[in-house]
Amino acid sequence: MRIGIVTFPGSLDDRDAARAVRYAGGEPVALWHGDDDVAGVDAVVLPGGFSYGDYLRCGAIARFAPVMRTVVDRAHAGMPVLGICNGFQILCEAHLLPGALIRNDCQTFVCRDQELTVEATGTAWTSSYQPGQRLVVPLKSGEGGYVADEATLDEIESAGRVVVRYTDVNPNGSARDIAGVSSADGRVVGLMPHPEHAIDPLTGPGADGLGFFTSVLTSVVAA
Amino acid sequence: MSVVVEVMPKPEILDPQGQAVLRALHRLGFTEVTGVRQGKRFELDVDGDVDDAVLDRLEQAASTLLANPVIEEHVVHVGASVHDESA
Repeated sequence: MRIGIVTFPGSLDDRDAARAVRYAGGEPVALWHGDDDVAGVDAVVLPGGFSYGDYLRCGAIARFAPVMRTVVDRAHAGMPVLGICNGFQILCEAHLLPGALIRNDCQTFVCRDQELTVEATGTAWTSSYQPGQRLVVPLKSGEGGYVADEATLDEIESAGRVVVRYTDVNPNGSARDIAGVSSADGRVVGLMPHPEHAIDPLTGPGADGLGFFTSVLTSVVAA
Repeated sequence: MSVVVEVMPKPEILDPQGQAVLRALHRLGFTEVTGVRQGKRFELDVDGDVDDAVLDRLEQAASTLLANPVIEEHVVHVGASVHDESA
């Protein structure tokens, strides 16, 4: 199972994402933002960081990187895509996911081990979890406030597209405590917290995040 | 010619930057200010005259890249740069 990880100028967490894929039993494939294709990978991770320096808006310029044309086309055809933090912002800017991420309501960068509740286990990236399962995963972002208009929020809630929710506190003012959402077909998921930093108790708060990466291995086999 | 694109957060979107600026203004004694919203202004230089066709194209540029219609509103108009007006 080959999982592509895109490196943009300013990506930070591409190596940890590759490590998480390897821990889960997949083969990470490095992709470059300037590439025209995705080297035939089965799924793609857009990692965290500050692509293009977060100029203009977070993810706004990365969305138009050459590799994103192929990622968007393949995502529309059902290829699983996971956007973490800056990757989530890129997926919203690319309109693969609804809503947008704005500056935290507390006006400061937030870095904490965050408790989450898994709400949707039917997505390509969360099938390893149980509904209602609690996870602790690092959150580190300055612009993690999830917003969308009320109609969109109602729609994604009723369609079961809220994938994870903040549980102990709402750290950034996200609407309805939303920490992650999916596309209508459940193949594209975006999250502000960083599961790739929680795959091994040696280097993170635990291994709760590994399930995102094991989930996709079975979902690609099933597809 | 310059074409100006002004981008503002939608009224219903929380603007933490504007709120921080408002508090700083009050600390400085500018208590007559009751609200601040912070946006962006882009000055686009274009060769030749700016006709409706040019403005239509730059409207596309604004709604595609310069503003995110999910959270922001924008206007596109012919204008001078702030530098020229302040000179």
